[in-house]
Amino acid sequence: MTIKDIKEILGAKLILGEEWIDREVHTACGSDMMSDVLAFMKDQSVLLTGLCNLQVIRTAEMMDVVCIVFVRGKMPDAAMIQMAKEREIALISTGHRMFSACGMLYEKGLRGGASYR
Amino acid sequence: MNDKITIHYVVPADDFTRAGEASSSVKSKLKLMGVKPEIVRKVAIAMYEGEINMVIHAAGGTIDVTITPEDIAIILKDHGPGIADIDQAMQAGFSTAPDNIRDLGFGAGMGLPNMKKYTDELRIESKLGVGTTVKMKVNVV
Repeated sequence: MTIKDIKEILGAKLILGEEWIDREVHTACGSDMMSDVLAFMKDQSVLLTGLCNLQVIRTAEMMDVVCIVFVRGKMPDAAMIQMAKEREIALISTGHRMFSACGMLYEKGLRGGASYR
Repeated sequence: MNDKITIHYVVPADDFTRAGEASSSVKSKLKLMGVKPEIVRKVAIAMYEGEINMVIHAAGGTIDVTITPEDIAIILKDHGPGIADIDQAMQAGFSTAPDNIRDLGFGAGMGLPNMKKYTDELRIESKLGVGTTVKMKVNVV
């Protein structure tokens, strides 16, 4: 699956990352708690979250996340977009709620990257 | 990467938007040095958790990172309230973070367990009313 596929499956708006749209993503993680996200470690992941602050971008950076999907119509502010741009993290916003957004991507083959021991 | 490199960071107090700047800086440096991506990620996550803790609980502090060909050592030092019961703090899910921190996506009680998970060595020294020093090490080879 690519970032472009995610955007299309969710009927979402791409806020940042037109130039990275063909990047492959293999696993995803959905959470509003960044501490929980940090307990998972997997390459090439997508982060789905309803949280919308700078620490979401930082957490994504630490985890090598390539794409963040903001659910429930959340929109990142200018500072978040700038930080994501510097780190080449694509940003997508969808009106779907967390459960639905995760389900739609799962149905199309994206899987969870859980690896907590 | 033959020499020992040391970097000193000051983590500012009560500025949640800047929390993580030091970890971000270390992550890019290690990447540039050609350290293996999985090692870089382990260091970045463990240090970021520590840095967030400092801002949440201790009004900032200092971080010293030492990089050698064998390992990466991170020492986080603060003059915060200290940890009353370290064993309890190490338990997944235990947190003393206030609700406003939870609203920001942290305070799930996963910080210290994550730091332990992603490092090869973790030592915590803490004294109530004096502060906390966390020493972590990630092996490179």
